[in-house]
Amino acid sequence: MKKHKTEIRNYSITPIFLFLLTALCLLFISNNASALEFKKQVLPNGLRVLHAERHGLPVVMVTILIKASPLNEPEDKAGLAYLTSNMLIEGTSKRKAAEISEEIEFIGASLGASTASDYTTISLSVLKKDLENGFELFSDMLLNPSFPADEIKRKKDMIKGSLRQSEDDPSFVARRAFIKEVFGSRPYGRLVNGSAGSIDNIERNDIVNFYRNHYLPGNAILSVVGDLTSAELDALTSKYLSAWKMETENSKRKIERGTEKVDKAKKIVIIDKDVTQATIIFGHAGLSRSNPDFYAASVMNYILGGGGFASRLMKSVRDEMGLTYSIYSFFSANKEPGQFEVSVQTKNESAAVVIKEIERQVKKIRTEPVSDQELQDAKAYLTGSFPRRFETSRGIADSLAAQQFYDLGDDYIEKYASYIKAVTKEDVLRVAQKYLSAENYVLVTVGNKKKLNLSDLQPSENIH
Amino acid sequence: MRFFKNVLIIAFLFIPLASDASVKEYTLNNGLKALIIEDHKAPLATFQIWYKVGSRDESAGKTGISHLLEHMMFKGTRKYSSKEFSGIIKRNGGSDNAFTTKDYTMYFQTLSSDRIGISIELEADRMTNLLLDPKEVASEKNVVMEERRMRYDDDPQNLLYEEVIASAFKAHPYQWPVIGWMSDIESIEREDLLKHYKTYYSPDNALIIISGDVNPDEIIADIRKHFEGIPNIKKNAADRKTSEPEQKGERRIYLKKEAELPYILFAYHTPSFPHHDSFALEVLSAILSGGKSSILYRNIVREKQIALNAFADYNALTGDPFLFVLGATAAPQKESGDLEKALYEEIEKIKEAAPSEKEVQKAKNQIEASFVFAQDSGYSRALYTGMFAMLGDRRLMDRYLEGIKKVSPEDVQAAAKKYLSSDNKTVGILVPVKK
Repeated sequence: MKKHKTEIRNYSITPIFLFLLTALCLLFISNNASALEFKKQVLPNGLRVLHAERHGLPVVMVTILIKASPLNEPEDKAGLAYLTSNMLIEGTSKRKAAEISEEIEFIGASLGASTASDYTTISLSVLKKDLENGFELFSDMLLNPSFPADEIKRKKDMIKGSLRQSEDDPSFVARRAFIKEVFGSRPYGRLVNGSAGSIDNIERNDIVNFYRNHYLPGNAILSVVGDLTSAELDALTSKYLSAWKMETENSKRKIERGTEKVDKAKKIVIIDKDVTQATIIFGHAGLSRSNPDFYAASVMNYILGGGGFASRLMKSVRDEMGLTYSIYSFFSANKEPGQFEVSVQTKNESAAVVIKEIERQVKKIRTEPVSDQELQDAKAYLTGSFPRRFETSRGIADSLAAQQFYDLGDDYIEKYASYIKAVTKEDVLRVAQKYLSAENYVLVTVGNKKKLNLSDLQPSENIH
Repeated sequence: MRFFKNVLIIAFLFIPLASDASVKEYTLNNGLKALIIEDHKAPLATFQIWYKVGSRDESAGKTGISHLLEHMMFKGTRKYSSKEFSGIIKRNGGSDNAFTTKDYTMYFQTLSSDRIGISIELEADRMTNLLLDPKEVASEKNVVMEERRMRYDDDPQNLLYEEVIASAFKAHPYQWPVIGWMSDIESIEREDLLKHYKTYYSPDNALIIISGDVNPDEIIADIRKHFEGIPNIKKNAADRKTSEPEQKGERRIYLKKEAELPYILFAYHTPSFPHHDSFALEVLSAILSGGKSSILYRNIVREKQIALNAFADYNALTGDPFLFVLGATAAPQKESGDLEKALYEEIEKIKEAAPSEKEVQKAKNQIEASFVFAQDSGYSRALYTGMFAMLGDRRLMDRYLEGIKKVSPEDVQAAAKKYLSSDNKTVGILVPVKK
């Protein structure tokens, strides 16, 4: 849905930029933060439960993370995980779709599901006084979805319609082409919400089976933060989630092949669109969250293009050249290696100059050590900004769940700063050489072809 | 999306009930005001400084100057070079940014609370020592032109919105986009920016809000130390008196552009808070588009499946009367004419029969709950306080809250009848063309 803002920010925080922050910094808490205390237990049905008490505000934030994502779906039914989670709120054995939204909205709460590259989350935000009511709705949606056929059809049409609307967004068009070139038919190579064709391939039975095989207590992490005690939480979970059964013998969760062996090769894609600006994405496969080089890569990326106005790319392309409003880079360090990318918009006529500058900056960080000051600034930011990620109860709930999912350890919060502080200039140079390439990259440009001036580049693919 | 924005805007109105006692107010000798909100739930603090200047204070030929000046505030003073401001904040683990609206410009930083003094020193410096280096001005104009291309020129729905606002107002400066027209951005010179800065960046035209884990006595001493020496240049421009003449008939505009789906906007002139109808309009907006059980989603997205999405948007907290806006994207294979008719029918239904007590109560519950959720973050708490303070007094929140509580179903119906009329409407239609 479109929102027209009267506000204009000095620089943009795009969804992808947020993703960059989440991917890189999600679970970091620095040493100087007051330690975040949380309790962890495993229920008899196998559900992991995390709990942090915060009594300052009468609200409770609930997140359940379920290991169900495009990593678990077949290529010809891309979008199955996304469609399944979106259907949870569209009817249960007790309630029709309209009743669920009416009940939850009447108490001013919010309840919704979303699917990302590695997992699905269902989130409830509710006032303390309505907690029982909200938690009952949450459990109903989680345990008893009925997947009505007419609602499935409606939802499929809406997802296809949204995909069509996204064609107007050059960044969407560019990123879809980029991940396809980088990852091919692997799960990270396609959109989480699928394509019109793959959505049409999904039958009700696929959804029911996907739900049955993945929405299991042993395959989930529940995280609850806010104004409730352990006793109150125990009462809620035993009343509403104990009927949730361990996985049966029949259930099998298939994991699709990841992206560990993606070959890097130079590919140039130019997509013609009647726009004033070229949207450019430069990059290739990167690294996974469990890779020990993740921390050195975080520091390196901050210096190159992750650090906003502190980054080399922003200083050069925005501040010195005046050629863009926003340029940034990130690693999407997921369960499997995701992409490294640099993303930028500039007027069509400047595209060639900006691409050359990106290449130059990538070459530079691969050949010359960063300065002492750059290293120190990056570490100061990454460690010092960590507590801000835990300001809100919603932030804490989501972070704790993801921290467990990525197996970062229960002491991760205390240890994060030491991981960053241990990074040396040599590490930064080494990871730049290992994980960046100035030769074998994918370059996607969406722009007005007549004005692009990209005659130096030999497109491997032209899309009109 | 729509729901969130709506509730956030309305929600904070309830803050004083819970937190009035924790807000301390100060006025310095030079007219600078400060509000300090104590909240110790996390070891963090947010610093905000609000200047009462926005695109409403601009003139034809120089639109976008307030926003360009906001960008230039990051480009160096006599003491700190270009972008050093953000560099210092980041080195200290903080984040900083700014935004400009039609009515005001706001700069903010969030830091560990023991470092909030850094914000105080840096903001005091750029209130009075801005360089406006001509080379930096030239470069930043290019940056803003890229920003305009990204946000408007290449985004068909935003471009239609810009067109509709420009058509709905013919006299009032609200007709201009905050970012400015392209040729205006290009023509603004250093001297223009300097004049704008000298006119509006005066202590008596500014408000500081600090929210978080701070001691008010210590903080205000630090603020006095850095800001009290800045001379009060007295904002040397009179407030604009232009009021928009009453609209006497529908206005209709078309935008032809490469796009996948038709898109429609209806904009109606409406009063702003504290006008007594503003409360019913807030509730009406929530009833129309506050979530999946709202009228627009239920009827035209879900049942008729004629729209892919739809929203109502009313912001009561503008300095002068602004607009109640409805919008919808056509579902694939649907015509804009049918979508317009469907939207129109929903409006007529509200005018014919008052909403149920339950619908009105739901809207109020959403507003109240979202107010509580907003307090989870120090930034939003300060933001909401500031939006009322910009209208004259942060305590206007109380009045707003009281007003919302009193809204009846009949008030909602009466407001719909009074304002959602075809003579008061500007219609914008995005007509997709194939390249």
